[in-house]
Amino acid sequence: MSKPHDNKAAKSAILGKIRRSLSAVGAVADPNRETARAEVLERLASKPLGIVPKRGEVGAYEKVAMFMDYAERVSSTTARIASYDELPGAIADYLRAHNLPQSIITGSDPRLAAVNWQSEPQLERKIGPSDGSDLVGVNHALGGVAETGTAVLASGPDNPTTINFLPENHIIVVHADDIAGNYESIHDRLRDLGGKAHMPRALNMITGPSRSGDIEQKIMLGAHGPRAVHVIVVG
Amino acid sequence: MNFASPTPKDTKGKRVGLFVTCLVDLFRPTVGFAAVKLLEDAGFELEVPRDQTCCGQPAYNSGDKDDAKALAKQVIKAFEGYDYIVAPSGSCTGMIRKHYPSLLADEPEWADRAVAVAGKTYELVSFLVDIAGIEKVSSHFTGTVTYHDSCSGLRELGIKDQPRKLLASVPGVDLKEMKDSDVCCGFGGTFSVKYPDISNAIVSKKTKTITDAGAGTLLAGDMGCLMNMAGKLKRDGSAIQVRHIAEVLADMADGPAIGEKSGR
Amino acid sequence: MEITSPDFKKNASEALADTTLQRALKNVELGFIGKRQDAVDALPEFEALRDLGRDIKTHCLKHLDVYLDEYEKKVTASGGHVHWAETAQDACEIVRDICRSVGARTMTKGKSMISEEMQLNAFLEKDGMEVTETDLGEYIIQLRGEHPSHIIAPAVHVTKEQVEADFRRAHTQLDPNRNLDDPVSLLGEARAVLREKYFAADVGITGANFLVAESGSSVIVTNEGNGDLTQTLSRVHIVLASIEKVIPTLNDLDVFLRLLARSATGQEQSVYTTISTGPRRAEDPDGPEQYHVVLLDNGRSEMLGTDFEEMLRCIRCGACINHCPVYHAVGGHSYGWVYPGPMGSVLTPSLIGVDKAGHLPNASTLCGRCESVCPMRIPLPKMLRHWREREYERHLNPTPQRWGLKGWAYFARRPRLYHQTMRFGMRLMKYLAPQTALMRRLPAAGGWTKHREFPAPEGKTFQQLWAERQASNGQTKGDAA
Repeated sequence: MSKPHDNKAAKSAILGKIRRSLSAVGAVADPNRETARAEVLERLASKPLGIVPKRGEVGAYEKVAMFMDYAERVSSTTARIASYDELPGAIADYLRAHNLPQSIITGSDPRLAAVNWQSEPQLERKIGPSDGSDLVGVNHALGGVAETGTAVLASGPDNPTTINFLPENHIIVVHADDIAGNYESIHDRLRDLGGKAHMPRALNMITGPSRSGDIEQKIMLGAHGPRAVHVIVVG
Repeated sequence: MNFASPTPKDTKGKRVGLFVTCLVDLFRPTVGFAAVKLLEDAGFELEVPRDQTCCGQPAYNSGDKDDAKALAKQVIKAFEGYDYIVAPSGSCTGMIRKHYPSLLADEPEWADRAVAVAGKTYELVSFLVDIAGIEKVSSHFTGTVTYHDSCSGLRELGIKDQPRKLLASVPGVDLKEMKDSDVCCGFGGTFSVKYPDISNAIVSKKTKTITDAGAGTLLAGDMGCLMNMAGKLKRDGSAIQVRHIAEVLADMADGPAIGEKSGR
Repeated sequence: MEITSPDFKKNASEALADTTLQRALKNVELGFIGKRQDAVDALPEFEALRDLGRDIKTHCLKHLDVYLDEYEKKVTASGGHVHWAETAQDACEIVRDICRSVGARTMTKGKSMISEEMQLNAFLEKDGMEVTETDLGEYIIQLRGEHPSHIIAPAVHVTKEQVEADFRRAHTQLDPNRNLDDPVSLLGEARAVLREKYFAADVGITGANFLVAESGSSVIVTNEGNGDLTQTLSRVHIVLASIEKVIPTLNDLDVFLRLLARSATGQEQSVYTTISTGPRRAEDPDGPEQYHVVLLDNGRSEMLGTDFEEMLRCIRCGACINHCPVYHAVGGHSYGWVYPGPMGSVLTPSLIGVDKAGHLPNASTLCGRCESVCPMRIPLPKMLRHWREREYERHLNPTPQRWGLKGWAYFARRPRLYHQTMRFGMRLMKYLAPQTALMRRLPAAGGWTKHREFPAPEGKTFQQLWAERQASNGQTKGDAA
């Protein structure tokens, strides 16, 4: 039986080695790393923007179109509806068109909870995390990113992570106003929600249905996650 | 990387030192004379320093820094007095341009001289186009050719359009591009002798794309690659002729091709 | 895993003679190169992003100790635990101890190259754990008892017929007469088998493409969704990450996300980018109850400040491997350890010693295609040369090579002697191949003539002919006296 791991000692050993290696080439004239720490804290506070592709810098209408276009390029299907009132119908249509039972699982997202699901009486809606037995999951996205057709979903009771991955069919609802040109805008929204980078347990950026190229580098859809992703843009 | 071409300058009467390269010197003097003709036609005053042998790349790439440095200094001494240094090889030029400065960076009496020489050393074909501003050469050639982009020239020096531009100016040249012309031929200097089986696998793919291009003549700008590809094509009994591009540009492609017998 | 890097030459010869492997390797050239180029061409900012990515990583490495410290604070604040491991052995023990502390018996694993470096599976299995790889490629090679031959396409050396045979051998619970001709049916079968494993697992292990100091998050970038199921369905999520993975902020992450998928698979974006921060929250209906990060050094801190520091910028996209003509010829297993191709040939000597890995930096034509596609602009050929210098200094390369090189340099450093000797030498070579202008055999160059003719010299050297021409012109210009 080996002796128990001394985490503190290991940490100081590793950081010590890093400092020694850096100072060996004269990169560190800063034995207590005060300057280095100040530089790091400044950078963490200022969060400089990197290079944001011009592609996403378009008007609101084009942004939504670009988001849907890129989503389709990665084998998602898309639909656009005017308001949440049309959501049950859009979902029911999708299920019918794909020979799926009229049954979905969702989280407790208030935007979904406010929908009048009675408009599609056939449509059964379960609420909660998925245990893998559901064929169709519906989650509301925090936002979409036009530059690559990526939907961004935050974990939590509103939109459980298991719904993103376990059902074979994943329907993602996103509001048109929440579609941004680039990833950076979504991070800003997260920071605004809860102060300094207040992150949900999992932030899932989803770009199309699950796939694998691991057998002879031929891409096949439906690896471990959903085989089909359908994106419904509201508004 | 930025490979923007410098603006052609007034080159009349400028002195060019020809760095022959060891492979051209020893195996294919024709290429040296083709370079001489192209540079003299372009109006340069050309000299061939006697105190040149090898740029030192074999030593440099084998980890032998001492010999690499000694040979770099020898080249610098022999050539630093010229306005330009020109070599019919992307690989040797790359060695001088890209590697001499870092090789000699920690030797105070050589560092600046290495940088100065590096800054005025050019590969032949790109020199003609980018520096001398040559648009066309007076040559003729009848037949189909395909062009291999040698790695150092392509990736260290950005040579890609210049050879094609000058080839297009030769009446009778029909360029048929091979697939993957930018992929290594498997030569790699001592690599070809140290790892012969891997080198063979790579050159076999290359000769297949060459053959598939359907051209009668294979051209490139580096003797190492050319000898490798010619050696493989000949072993396979191919009738494709292999030549340095300077031979075609200088109208000196009527002698035997690389690996072909003389006195026909 | 057993290190076979010293046998690189033998491994390579076997690989070249293996027709099944050669068939599979064609998929590397076909599957990645064109797609990467298309994705790069579609993003005008790509080259500028490469510069920025390089600069951010360089900044991180110069401040690595501080970033790691800040990162740890954020992980702790979000309810996670950071474990520091100096060596692979330490990291294995840390993982084992976490497993023991929760009474874990089964584990699912997403793709992690440092777990290969740690030989984690073997270590845990010895301790009685059942470990299941969940990435399709990793699962296939686990069934085959092999190691990844590529850092992002671990089973690229395997053909679909071999996968079918492996599945029939391993999945004995299934109907032996089932049809597995179509790769889609193979994928479906793996999906079904692995679904059960996710639900049964006590612990889920993933790697990390990035660690974000701003938020204390770990990031995985995948296409299959296995990493997400692994971390969402287990009670305990353990992240394995090497220390150089830390980056400052989420905005920096976006720079790397725009480079990674395009460079790796030629996708604009991978299907799943998951940013994980801490364990499940009080109100969360799913997610792991514990979140652990194991930070592994294993020699990396000693690469800082050396000629090999820049290798620590690597984001493991595999572009250098995908574009390497040597890799295309011999595949990943020839390299004999965890990391193949150009990045492996630079990294492996750092991690296991140049005495064991000396072939790797030599087995390159230095064609530079790797550097030309590296999103982090790592000067791989330059670093391969640095290893060759180390090897040469330590006299690790074979004696005949040293003498050959020394002999050449002896003459090359004495121009007058050189020209005289070569004049004679070329005449002799020409004489040896009078009819064909080709040489089938050449002393000391058997490697060359095994597969190729050696084109004979034209006869006189250029210097000789030039001197003759100058003499007949009555001048001796350029003869530096």
